[in-house]
Amino acid sequence: MTFWLQTFNGLSFAMLLFLLATGLSLIFGLMGIINLAHGSFYLLGAYVGLTIIHQTKSFLLAVVGAIVVVAAVGCIMHRFFLSRFYKNPLGQVLVTFGFLFIIADVAQWIWGGTPQALPKPSMFEESYRFGAAVVPSYRVLVIGVGLVIAIALWIFQEKTTLGAIIRAAVDDEEMTRGLGINVPFLFSAAFSLGAALAALGGVMGGPFVGVYPGVDFEILFYALVVVIIGGLGSLKGAFVGSLIVGLLDNFGKALFPEFSLFTIFAPMAIILVVKPTGLFGKG
Amino acid sequence: MRVHLQRIVWIVGLLGLLALLPLALTEYYLGLVTRMMIYAVFAMSLDILLGYTGLPSLGHAAFFGVASYTVGIVSVKVTQNFGLVIASTVGVTIAISAVFGVLAIRASGAYFFMITLALAQVLWGVAFKWRALTGGDDGLPGVPRPSLGISFSLGSTTNFYVFVLVISVLVAAVLFLCVRSPFGLALKGIRESETRMRALGYNVRLHKYLAFIISGFFAGLAGMLFAYYNGFVSPSDLSIVLSAKVLLMVILGGAGTLFGPAVGAGLIVLLESLVSAQSERWLFILGSFYVAVALFAPQGIGGALKARLGTSVSL
Repeated sequence: MTFWLQTFNGLSFAMLLFLLATGLSLIFGLMGIINLAHGSFYLLGAYVGLTIIHQTKSFLLAVVGAIVVVAAVGCIMHRFFLSRFYKNPLGQVLVTFGFLFIIADVAQWIWGGTPQALPKPSMFEESYRFGAAVVPSYRVLVIGVGLVIAIALWIFQEKTTLGAIIRAAVDDEEMTRGLGINVPFLFSAAFSLGAALAALGGVMGGPFVGVYPGVDFEILFYALVVVIIGGLGSLKGAFVGSLIVGLLDNFGKALFPEFSLFTIFAPMAIILVVKPTGLFGKG
Repeated sequence: MRVHLQRIVWIVGLLGLLALLPLALTEYYLGLVTRMMIYAVFAMSLDILLGYTGLPSLGHAAFFGVASYTVGIVSVKVTQNFGLVIASTVGVTIAISAVFGVLAIRASGAYFFMITLALAQVLWGVAFKWRALTGGDDGLPGVPRPSLGISFSLGSTTNFYVFVLVISVLVAAVLFLCVRSPFGLALKGIRESETRMRALGYNVRLHKYLAFIISGFFAGLAGMLFAYYNGFVSPSDLSIVLSAKVLLMVILGGAGTLFGPAVGAGLIVLLESLVSAQSERWLFILGSFYVAVALFAPQGIGGALKARLGTSVSL
């Protein structure tokens, strides 16, 4: 019954990717910024979580702490640096690349270069049995958290006033500003939200993906592929893209380990040929 | 006309200086200048895409790395015949550029750089995981310098310097003619306004595609020289750090000025060697440098010069 186990692993990885890709996609949708330091938020979140767990033994505190720290870093990065570079893609690329390297180096300085894994929360150490399949309960938790976040984001975006404001700002930033909405503040808040989701991803992914120098590039790569496939600026796209990439990657790694990247490359190439803006991306 | 003459004097002077360098420098610094010239070729190749066509590739290390890996794999595992190594390297590099070009050219703006970054990361992943062929993260050591079939051995630092100098100057000349040609002017037109060029009857997609392949080819040439220079290929030749570094070289030197990026390349290589000799925090300093360039020199050195001297002097 490895098939079911692989499916579960794939789904949990997919939900992890969703936490990252949805922030990347939201930030692009609102501000037109591709945040190349998005994987760094994962890295930072995981390391901060690790330190908090070692100090307090509490997974929940680690989640909260990582979110607070990384959201603050994101807010500073946006407010003082990126907000000067709207409509200047090369400037954005330089700044986000710069932060990617700075965060990577500082993290290596503080936490060293050895790969580490976060301990699982003690409630989720055993495995469930579904017929013949044995599924680690932690994976079920990750899938659950991903689904809850996806639903919460969907409700937030579609059913609340703030969500409506964000949709308006995505469509026409100038008009939204004209309606008296504090768009710069909204942007900073959205950037921090994206960073916070990535930090949550870092702590949730810590026990099974782990954290090590270079994980920032790796996660960034997966998140980019998700939005290339799903389409930028779309919540639905990020969700569907994550499912596709998470499942394909897991089965690819299980079936042909040396060429697993082709199982990602192939669908990406097909989507690009058929629909260059991704499944749900706008023209 | 006077400006023209002045420029010729400058170029001849610079070439003379470069040719005389082996007399003045120790082996270490000569090696450093060789490295600068290789990166200059790499940066100029990206400039064709970024500066002239307006396509910001964030995965340019793909072509550099594919070429250096082809040199490494062919000369370590198959044959050291220089002609065959060149033929296979050029073939593989152009093939990869052609495939990536088809995928990337259809997109523009943010999608273009996401796609190029992701495609380059796929190749990095292959180099990292396919141990049997690429040696994984250990890379392939012991790439021998080629023998040219004449009595000029590339084993010595000085001879290899001369070899790289000749090739870099040729590349610079070819690219200079390329950007001045009707084709190069059409690329600039596409950068300024794609719709207008299309209305004028230009095949925009074909121009972009050719620019992509030309750029990939010259990046590959730099990668090939680098494999011989280092005698070693590793996944870092394909890494996002390298792609980001060459992008910085181009922007620092001034995108859209052919020789600016070459100067940018020299500066970054120099900075890297100075800083990494002093401190282990090279990545931190490099990162801060990116942010500083974005904040204080967004047009690069070349761009600033151009603005100061007016349009009459284009570098």
